[in-house]
Amino acid sequence: MSIITVKNMCLWYGEHQALTDIHIEIPEKSITALIGPSGCGKSTFLKTLNRMNDLVQGIKITGDIQYKGRDIFDASLDVNELRREIGMVFQKPNPFPMSIYDNIAYGPRTHGIRNKAKLDDIVEQSLRSAAIWDEVKDRLKKNALGLSGGQQQRLCIARALAVKPTVLLMDEPTSALDPISTSKIEELSMKLKEEYTIIMVTHNMQQAVRISDQTAFFLLGELIEYGNTETLFSTPIDKRTEDYITGRFG
Amino acid sequence: MKNKKNIFEKTVYSIFLILGLITIGCVLLITIYLVIAGIPAIREIGLFPFLFGKTWESTSENPSYGILPFILTSIYGTAGAILIGVPIGFFTAVYLAKIAKKRVKEVMQTAISLLAGIPSVVYGLVGMLVLVPSIRSIFHVPDGASLFAAMIVLAIMILPSIIKVSITALDAVPKEYEDASLALGATPIETYFRVSVLAARSGIATAIVLGIGRAIGEAMAVMMVSGNVANMPKLFESVRFLTTAVASEMSYSSGLQRQALFSIALVLFLFIMLMNATLNFFLKGKKERK
Repeated sequence: MSIITVKNMCLWYGEHQALTDIHIEIPEKSITALIGPSGCGKSTFLKTLNRMNDLVQGIKITGDIQYKGRDIFDASLDVNELRREIGMVFQKPNPFPMSIYDNIAYGPRTHGIRNKAKLDDIVEQSLRSAAIWDEVKDRLKKNALGLSGGQQQRLCIARALAVKPTVLLMDEPTSALDPISTSKIEELSMKLKEEYTIIMVTHNMQQAVRISDQTAFFLLGELIEYGNTETLFSTPIDKRTEDYITGRFG
Repeated sequence: MKNKKNIFEKTVYSIFLILGLITIGCVLLITIYLVIAGIPAIREIGLFPFLFGKTWESTSENPSYGILPFILTSIYGTAGAILIGVPIGFFTAVYLAKIAKKRVKEVMQTAISLLAGIPSVVYGLVGMLVLVPSIRSIFHVPDGASLFAAMIVLAIMILPSIIKVSITALDAVPKEYEDASLALGATPIETYFRVSVLAARSGIATAIVLGIGRAIGEAMAVMMVSGNVANMPKLFESVRFLTTAVASEMSYSSGLQRQALFSIALVLFLFIMLMNATLNFFLKGKKERK
């Protein structure tokens, strides 16, 4: 069952066309890796899915993007509700400059939850799901900026989970982290895919191989090849994909 | 060759050091002079009657030198200016830094810079000609020149510094914070107030401190709109501030009266010092708790 369907999508920054004719179907409860050299449009594509690109000036998007069978650019669709359902984890860990507790409670509070017991519950559940509860449970009132980079990133994942999304977009979530933190995030992603659909941009091809179910290879704004990760890495159909994954360019 | 360079470096270094010392020297000189000039009158009048005496009659036959009316007027006046000016300034800053279109922002920022450049005597003049008569007719009071008029003029005068410093602080908030909030489904307005303002809070607090400093030290404009009578402060009555108390009598004072004016200046000086120190302490405390 695919949760996100993209057809015919093109995207321009002003005069510059950044994405050309993208077709992709993302199955739910799996990990989809987006790979490709820098500037190939994979991050741009990711940010389109929760409409974070709306904020960029001079951007133009055409084509059809459906989330659960519904056009995400439909005028009647509440963009804030879309972003609640399609959560995002950024490249650089970006916890708010407030306590760990308030970081997690921020989203639920935004969506109207005020009950203390309920918030407590959500905070604990989210931190547990992001595998960071044991490390922070004794210092929930401490400022989140005091955590290590890896912990901050898992906190950001917990923060995204707190608003009960269905999809998690991850934009190179481990590129700023050390190897141990990276493997923790990878393990976490494998666990999270039982409940969530994860779409992850990564520069690390081993990472894509290790954790993803499907892989999409982007080059110069085009989706060159998309398919089962194992198949794509063992028997790529397109010559360019083969060149890239064998390290001949990029 | 190397030696020559060394000498040059050292000369420049000394010049900068001397220039720095001149600034510090000025501060020290003013402090020492104020203390020396301000102490004698306080000794003669007595600290308690001076600070807490309710009547100031420096020119009567039995002169009385109580400056409580001035102290309270300065406190109330500044507090009033902050109460009126900070909300306006704060919301303007949020609007300009986050919401306004680029063009609007440019035009309004220019206007705000102009507001900052207007001499205080002009504020006083406009206040006298427009504000004072309006207060008289709106509130049906015998004289519009009052504490209330001074509060309004001060509130307007502190707006530019509050707005500008707050905008700088808000502009410096990392975009990542705002993105994170939006990605959680928060609306832009929610994001600005719950994340951006929070992240910029120390800068905004600095802006308010600057505003307080400007308000409490202002003399000319408030003298022109406050009626300049040494009453205990009431909102719609003529009042005199610490600053205006010094300015209005200095030209014809002599003897103990003159010395008492220096003492007032000393009190004002200590006041500002104390306030800056307290606010600095709180701001630092907040940062360290991070």
